[in-house]
Amino acid sequence: MKILVAVKRVVDHNVKVRVKADNTGVELANVKMSMNPFCEIGVEEAIRLKEKGVASEVIAVSVGPSAAQEQLRTALALGADRAILVEQDGDISSLTVAKLLKALVDKEQPGLVMLGKQAIDTDNNQTGQMLGALTGYAQGTFASKVEVDGDKVNVTREIDGGLQTVALKLPAIVTTDLRLNEPRYAKLPDIMKAKKKPLDTVTPADLGVTVASTLTTLKVEAPAQRSAGIKVADVATLVEKLKNEAKVI
Amino acid sequence: MAILVIAEHSNAALGAATLNTVTAAKAIGGDVHVLVAGAGCAAAAEAAAKIDGVAKVLVADDAAYAHQLPENVAPLVAEQGKSYSHVLAPATTTGKNLLPRVAALLDTDQISEIIAVESADTFKRPIYAGNAIATVQSSAAIKVITVRGTGFDAAAAEGGSAAIENIAAGADAGISSFVGEELAKSDRPDLTSARVVVSGGRGMGNGDNFEMLYKLADKLGAAVGASRAAVDAGFVPNDLQVGQTGKIVAPDLYIAVGISGAIQHLAGMSGSKVIVAINKDEDAPIFQVADYGLVADLFEVVPQLDAAL
Repeated sequence: MKILVAVKRVVDHNVKVRVKADNTGVELANVKMSMNPFCEIGVEEAIRLKEKGVASEVIAVSVGPSAAQEQLRTALALGADRAILVEQDGDISSLTVAKLLKALVDKEQPGLVMLGKQAIDTDNNQTGQMLGALTGYAQGTFASKVEVDGDKVNVTREIDGGLQTVALKLPAIVTTDLRLNEPRYAKLPDIMKAKKKPLDTVTPADLGVTVASTLTTLKVEAPAQRSAGIKVADVATLVEKLKNEAKVI
Repeated sequence: MAILVIAEHSNAALGAATLNTVTAAKAIGGDVHVLVAGAGCAAAAEAAAKIDGVAKVLVADDAAYAHQLPENVAPLVAEQGKSYSHVLAPATTTGKNLLPRVAALLDTDQISEIIAVESADTFKRPIYAGNAIATVQSSAAIKVITVRGTGFDAAAAEGGSAAIENIAAGADAGISSFVGEELAKSDRPDLTSARVVVSGGRGMGNGDNFEMLYKLADKLGAAVGASRAAVDAGFVPNDLQVGQTGKIVAPDLYIAVGISGAIQHLAGMSGSKVIVAINKDEDAPIFQVADYGLVADLFEVVPQLDAAL
């Protein structure tokens, strides 16, 4: 079966973002961009399933600006067979991304769709579930273990109280949690080879999807700053402060 | 205008996060109805009817809803949701799993993890791991929203007397099934609602050393949390993780022991009222958000702290 894996270009997770002075968003000019960490885990899992002989082809897809080709090339260097970029600038709602992915699912007919559980920029945690609704497929969200077994997939999910295992009929949607795997690094020869792998570019119009959103961001502000704290010399002072100054114990 | 709140529950009991979500619904304004979908969930429904400010409780009791599988529950919620202006769920793993599926069935955008209600169509939510707060306006006919529990006080669990109405259940979609679960057992307070949280990081060295945090936590009536580093190293189970990808906590007192204070960890606890950091590296970023910092070896200081309390 084919695996479709969705990747997103986001601000690198180590960057401390700054809010723009005019409160229209965060500063993205000259900031390092990378593949969303949860998407890396999705790519890794898809490649491992291919190495196990479960998957025949891994297709990496991204919705974003033309620069998102970099992240797709990274996915190709890691082992994806080909890539598709749905080129669209600006903010796109999760529902629109889900609709674009649905159009690609209809076209490619994958047995499994892998997504990250959330993108670390918008922190939405929506796209995989929405794709589940649009395709009518079952969803295994926040996956920490994925086992394909014939015509179904067993997904162990990270839930608030511990772990839950569900069995899903294929084709299905899986969204990755941090502990699913440890993503590999791309090797230099593979990065060179990835430049020759196919990368198609399409537009939302090609897929018959209108880019629209009912959400408007009115402003983006920095969170309230915590007032500077103090350093205490020893445990006795700490306990005294907590008891008498902060009054929390 | 009425608001539908999706209850978080274990069939036998109502989840605490439901109470915070009811408060958010009251802030939007309008009648608040609670939907309890489960199997043998009469007790949870009765608890929901007692929440102060709830006008009606809808109950869908069917074997198909026993484990809240979104493939079965989402069509029910979407169908009910059509007659409401807002559909709210707590931003717990259950709520996050379910609600986007509902939103897509209703063909509407979702607003995730709101922390404040500005008006019936405008909400605040954190983005970029809490490093920015966005004010978002929705023009959707039905606003589908998940609510971050720490952003709202809990509604009183007693005092209400809502009518309970049974509604018809839908069919089992037949595409997913529950296999099993492994729940971590703990007698300590729930991490997300505890008044005091004691968290350990990579500096703890190993899982056995967490014993001293458990001891300290028991003395303070606190819950125990952990950083991603401690979870990845296998010191503690993953459901203790505090951070962008784990739980979001906002206790009165948060004690970070051997935690450097990476952006992703701060995202989960920087809303705490008082933060104490114990770390031997005086340049650790955690000291920039800590109200009280103690630069010392945790293996010396934690037992001292335990003894002093």
